[in-house]
Amino acid sequence: MSATSPLSAADTENPLVEGLERLPVHPTSLVIFGATGDLAHRKLLPAIYNLAHEGQLPERFEVIGVGRRTHEDEEFRDTVTDSIERFSRRRPDPNVLEGLLNEARYVQGSFDDDNVYSELARELEEFDRSAGRPLDRVFYLSTAPEFFPMIAAKLGAAGLNRADRASVRIVIEKPFGYDLASARTLNAQLLEVFEEQQIFRIDHYLGKETVQNLMALRFANALFEPVWNRNYIDHVQITAAEDIGIGGRAGYYEHSGALRDLVQNHMLQLLALLTMEPPTAFDADRLRDEKLKVLEAIVPPSVDEVEAMAVRAQYAPGVVGGVEVPGYREEDGVARYSRTPTYAALRLHVSNWRWAGVPFYLRTGKRLARKLTEIAVVLKQIPHVALQSSGSVGIQANQIVFTVQPDEGVSVSIGAKIPGTRMRIRPVNMEFRYGTSFLSESPEAYERLILDAMRGDATLFTRNDEIEALWGIIDPILEAWDADKTSTIPQYEAGSAGPREANALLDDGRMWRRL
Amino acid sequence: MSEDVWSAQDTNPDAIEAALRELLRERHAANEALAPARVINLIVIVDREWKGEIANRLERAGRYHGSRTVLCAVEEGRTTLDAVATVSYQEPKGAALGVMHESVEIDLGPSHLRALQTICDPVLVSELPTVLWSPHGHPEAVDAICPLVDVMLLDSDDIDDPSDAFARAERLRKHAYIVDLAWLRTTPWRERLAATFDLPERVDALRDIEELEIRHRETSMASALLLAGWLSSRLHWERSHLRLWDGRLAAGEPEGDGEVVVSLHTAEQEAPGLAGVTVVTGDGTALSLQRGEGGLDAVERDSDGEERGWKILGASRGEGGILGEGIRQALLRDSTYLPALKAAHGLCPA
Repeated sequence: MSATSPLSAADTENPLVEGLERLPVHPTSLVIFGATGDLAHRKLLPAIYNLAHEGQLPERFEVIGVGRRTHEDEEFRDTVTDSIERFSRRRPDPNVLEGLLNEARYVQGSFDDDNVYSELARELEEFDRSAGRPLDRVFYLSTAPEFFPMIAAKLGAAGLNRADRASVRIVIEKPFGYDLASARTLNAQLLEVFEEQQIFRIDHYLGKETVQNLMALRFANALFEPVWNRNYIDHVQITAAEDIGIGGRAGYYEHSGALRDLVQNHMLQLLALLTMEPPTAFDADRLRDEKLKVLEAIVPPSVDEVEAMAVRAQYAPGVVGGVEVPGYREEDGVARYSRTPTYAALRLHVSNWRWAGVPFYLRTGKRLARKLTEIAVVLKQIPHVALQSSGSVGIQANQIVFTVQPDEGVSVSIGAKIPGTRMRIRPVNMEFRYGTSFLSESPEAYERLILDAMRGDATLFTRNDEIEALWGIIDPILEAWDADKTSTIPQYEAGSAGPREANALLDDGRMWRRL
Repeated sequence: MSEDVWSAQDTNPDAIEAALRELLRERHAANEALAPARVINLIVIVDREWKGEIANRLERAGRYHGSRTVLCAVEEGRTTLDAVATVSYQEPKGAALGVMHESVEIDLGPSHLRALQTICDPVLVSELPTVLWSPHGHPEAVDAICPLVDVMLLDSDDIDDPSDAFARAERLRKHAYIVDLAWLRTTPWRERLAATFDLPERVDALRDIEELEIRHRETSMASALLLAGWLSSRLHWERSHLRLWDGRLAAGEPEGDGEVVVSLHTAEQEAPGLAGVTVVTGDGTALSLQRGEGGLDAVERDSDGEERGWKILGASRGEGGILGEGIRQALLRDSTYLPALKAAHGLCPA
């Protein structure tokens, strides 16, 4: 066989990649700060195991845990093994598990301790030496957000923010700041040490299949895009309802509240994906440019306008799933007179050519009637009703509903004739469910996102300017609510659909969809 | 798993389809949270005496099943159709959605095969892609049913002479998209070779490959040839037929200038497929991947002769997993198979 390859010296593309479902990931050392914490044990480490099981990790992959708890390497491996066995979505293969962890290291110490970083550097260099080349480095900060600036600065001071002939990336999880000012400060602190291309801000909602499918449905079908504008869409409702309370997270939730917990990040991301213009290509910056444009088109309210466009509330005692539950203020760790909202509803407008005049209603809450995350796009009524006759609910506006959880899928409601001699119409649903239409399970969002971070693909991560645009929308509402120390916070019965006050946000006869 | 079953002797396709429809209607009426899977139709043509074995293989395919599976069992001397239709499901919990899968087993005779299309067509879910798997041959049935089929599931390792297997795949691909299980057995190897050469400092070495050695189970020569064919087609090697060189089957001339020596070796192993791959480049660097427990064992020898070893993690899918992967691949399209197939065919011993 003659190797008369027409590949030229200028070819740097790998011709073996074409046609492969799984794209190569370069050899990597993954450092998890907060490796003994809850998120690492329930989500990250099981996700990493599943990537290993499916052969998706890089050919050389090393894990280093960093934490404050005292552990030897061996103890750390035992703890990780236990977590993977408990939380992995599949039963671990003992050989894969052993292969994943037999070189895993643990660096113990406080995140402000310089020795942690020098020891980390030694471990990373040892992995590089063993591999005979510098491995890419990913620092995953699975810690409380107050440690982000400190860890980033210490990594920089130790020279771990750069590497010769290898990529270095840092991954952080929300919350990205507490308000616009703190988000700007955090961005500035991170950017003092890392380039923006090195920073991967995870919003795990973006790793969910349905969320990505929003773009596929909009931009891969001729059916939807022609009606995706103010001429045909009456309004949009985005709901993120939870039936659970705050559990043991009072410490976090008292400082966060519903607006920061879900609206500022997940729900506004959904809104951006739903309303953005088509990107010219599906790459990280072009996609994020479009999201940023539409976020900037959402005019933040003035403090005086907040009362008319935002509602907050707290859950009162009630019954959920047949079980009596306490109200928010009776939860352990919650202040008796807490003013932290467990429910938030907003009316927003996207001030651009496509969406002018279309209201976007967002609501989220804890201890609501059921767990449901959905986006409902409600179309306008037809202009002339020739078919309707009595004896049915009649023609109703079409709705396109994207369900993010619990059953990922899309349904389209259409008017159809009820069988019989008369022309009676009622809405029926055309349903698409992942479970019935695809053979494979949706991968865990963390699996996708960890892999993307190792590959350096930032498409599903949030950029610094996006973060600031997101806070820019929410900040005036937070400011108005924080300034109001006297008005009564509306209460809603646990297990209900939320406070009555939220109905006032909807006008022109519109109603919240039933949960 | 619960099942609703209907059966009949001396029946016909319309009656089978009506029975399935009724089973689905009754089950949905009993529990509205149950909905039928609507992904693919899978037609399987088997010898009746091996029906159980094939049913077991399908069972082991994991979560990848046909939404509606039509198993046609061919029995010598039979002149009538007997059928069993089954709707299987797991009752959903809470607000979750439950998925129903349908299967039909039709016992038929050799005389039915020429008109198999007229038996299967009414029983399929229209507008779903239809996949055909005929593991016991029955070429007349395959020809008859071709117009209904979007995807054919083949296993080039099933035929003793890889040249015949590749000729079959090349002929059938004119009628339908081909998913070749022998090709899928090479997937982890292709992914790992691609990853190895993806590093900027290594991508140039692709132009400098001098030796490719593939170790395979004796019955998996087609897989080995497809892997060689893939590299050959992706890297635009000019091919010559494999010949015996020093007791090994090889193409290319050792020490020949600009030559790539491709050699195939059989290896003892239980699982079908490949056992190992070694790639040697002009500067003497060699990368060897060998099937091991919990993944592939990799050994890299640099030009100074220094060796490094490591484990590339990944659990084996097993043969059941390969079949499941074949069913899943029926919904995808791999543009690199056909060039690899042609190159592999070109490598077959003359």
